Amino acid sequence: MTDPVLQLVGIRKCYGCGETESEILHGIDLHLARGEFAALIGPSGSGKSTLLNLIGLLDRPTGGQLFIDGQETGQLDDTGLTRLRGQRIGFVFQHHNLIPAFTALENVAMPLLVARGRPDAAMFSIAGDLLDQVGLAERKQYLANRLSGGQQQRVAIARALAMSPSLVLADEPTGNLDTHSADDVFALMREVNVRLRTTFLIVTHDPRLAQRCDRIIELIDGEIVSDQPHAVG
Amino acid sequence: MKPWMPFEWIAAIRFLREGRMQSLLIIVGVGVGVAVIVFMSALLAGLQSNLIKRTLSSQAHITLLPPEEVARPQVALDHTALRLQKQAQRLRSIDQWQQVRDRLQKWPEIAAVSPLASGPAFAVRGDANKSVTLVGIEPERYNQVISLAERITRGELRVGAGETVIGIELAKDLGADVGDKLRIATAAGASETLTITGLFDLGNKGVNARNVYVGLRTAQTLLNLVGGVSSIDLALHDLNLAEALAQRIAGETGLTADSWIKTNAQFVTALTSQTVSSNVIRFFIGLSVAFGIASVLVVSVIQRSKEIGILRAMGATQVQMRRIFLLQGGIVGFFGSIRMARRCS
Ligand SMILES: Nc1ncnc2c1ncn2[C@@H]1O[C@H](COP(=O)(O)OP(=O)(O)OP(=O)(O)O)[C@@H](O)[C@H]1O
Ligand SMILES: [Mg+2]
Repeated sequence: MTDPVLQLVGIRKCYGCGETESEILHGIDLHLARGEFAALIGPSGSGKSTLLNLIGLLDRPTGGQLFIDGQETGQLDDTGLTRLRGQRIGFVFQHHNLIPAFTALENVAMPLLVARGRPDAAMFSIAGDLLDQVGLAERKQYLANRLSGGQQQRVAIARALAMSPSLVLADEPTGNLDTHSADDVFALMREVNVRLRTTFLIVTHDPRLAQRCDRIIELIDGEIVSDQPHAVG
Repeated sequence: MKPWMPFEWIAAIRFLREGRMQSLLIIVGVGVGVAVIVFMSALLAGLQSNLIKRTLSSQAHITLLPPEEVARPQVALDHTALRLQKQAQRLRSIDQWQQVRDRLQKWPEIAAVSPLASGPAFAVRGDANKSVTLVGIEPERYNQVISLAERITRGELRVGAGETVIGIELAKDLGADVGDKLRIATAAGASETLTITGLFDLGNKGVNARNVYVGLRTAQTLLNLVGGVSSIDLALHDLNLAEALAQRIAGETGLTADSWIKTNAQFVTALTSQTVSSNVIRFFIGLSVAFGIASVLVVSVIQRSKEIGILRAMGATQVQMRRIFLLQGGIVGFFGSIRMARRCS
């Protein structure tokens, strides 16, 4: 595979390892190439969120190696991980994506603000453009908790793109949306993927949506049991 | 968002504004704590300076007396131990008191020097007969040590030949008033009839009943101390240096030097322990205010765990996150303090 955005080699994770044998992930190997649009599926408790947290550098694996854009992450300290995360990875979660004390525009600009330290006009024009692209031009000055669930997820996607990341991790991004909004949000991610060649890894319980991805990775009890490319229908 | 404001400040202020009720409560809490501390400090400082001022209204900061006469042990021929009896101190003059006065006057720490001739006497008026302390003063000098002129309630401070100023208590006891005659007699047999020119109230009943002020010369004659003085009163620029200075003067002049701190040892000890206990109380108030802020911070960190997660996912470092919450504590503490400090002052 050329131009790998993400490489996992024998990734293991256990919580409170030792006596209470509770290994959640038992040696995951995974590659994602630039521009891939992959679904991660599996039953509840199989370790999907755990895996996403590791890939997102929010947590450290117990064993194995993790490369982001070819860079090994095992040796990085917290500051190094944080910087890499901020620059290369965008997140969309199921709930509580946005900070309610800030407006939609400010939420989208937040990754830029965090990285640069002080607000400037450029970051708000980037954020404004992104909100235009996700169809929320009218809602820029709304406080985050005054937006509908679907709107919030769109803002979250816009925010995930603010730093032009290589990889967007989405953990059940359409989990609390109705079918119609879920389709919209999914279509938006797909459009970004096609237009910007941003790599997506999307956890979903919705087989219908999974079928619309390029690739479906299935995780059961901490092991990848199937990984198949899927023709886009 | 103000363009100059760092990210941490922006987040801290937004979070505080969002949790408005909580922020307000803690600001009030800090404010009350600070108010109590400020109020206690002011109260105590005022109380103590008032007490000291009262105590010193009729007392010199340092009083110089002739050196104590010591009984010299005589070696007994039969080598039996002799009991040494302390000699009774008689009224003596300070040797070369003019030189001592002139020398001390030049010390920068000393504000005023006032020689006195004082000793026991009787004040007689009609049938009434009171034991008093006769104090011979040079009024201009004495006034710089004890502001007697300001404390005159009737008449004036005039102690020329044949004139005296007495306290309001004594005047009451004797049924005397300004213009009346008063006879002063000493144990030695000397006596003189004086005219009362003024009444004073030094704020101390004992002093008001006891002190009879006359001119230095009159007292010297009556007390058989011609040309001499029995003590020298000093006023200092800084009260607190009294004890150290007294020891220095004693060392240099060979006189006995008693500072107000030593003569009012119990009073000074009481003041000190009062200060200590107030410091302890203030410390604990400060501590509880600090704990209050800390607990609110802990709660707000827990409440904000979602926001912390989001910000961390967006690349905020641990240092940045910590700063946001410490800033919240700082802002709340700052505003609470100045609000109440302003209200109190
Ligand atoms: N912090 C933690 N400490 C201990 N165990 C944990 C922790 N986080 C997750 N687990 C355990 O890891 C396992 C996998 O959890 P994970 O959240 O990854 O599942 P999931 O596949 O995302 O499930 P779902 O589809 O319900 O979101 C679960 O058994 C869970 O109890
Ligand atoms: Mg999950």
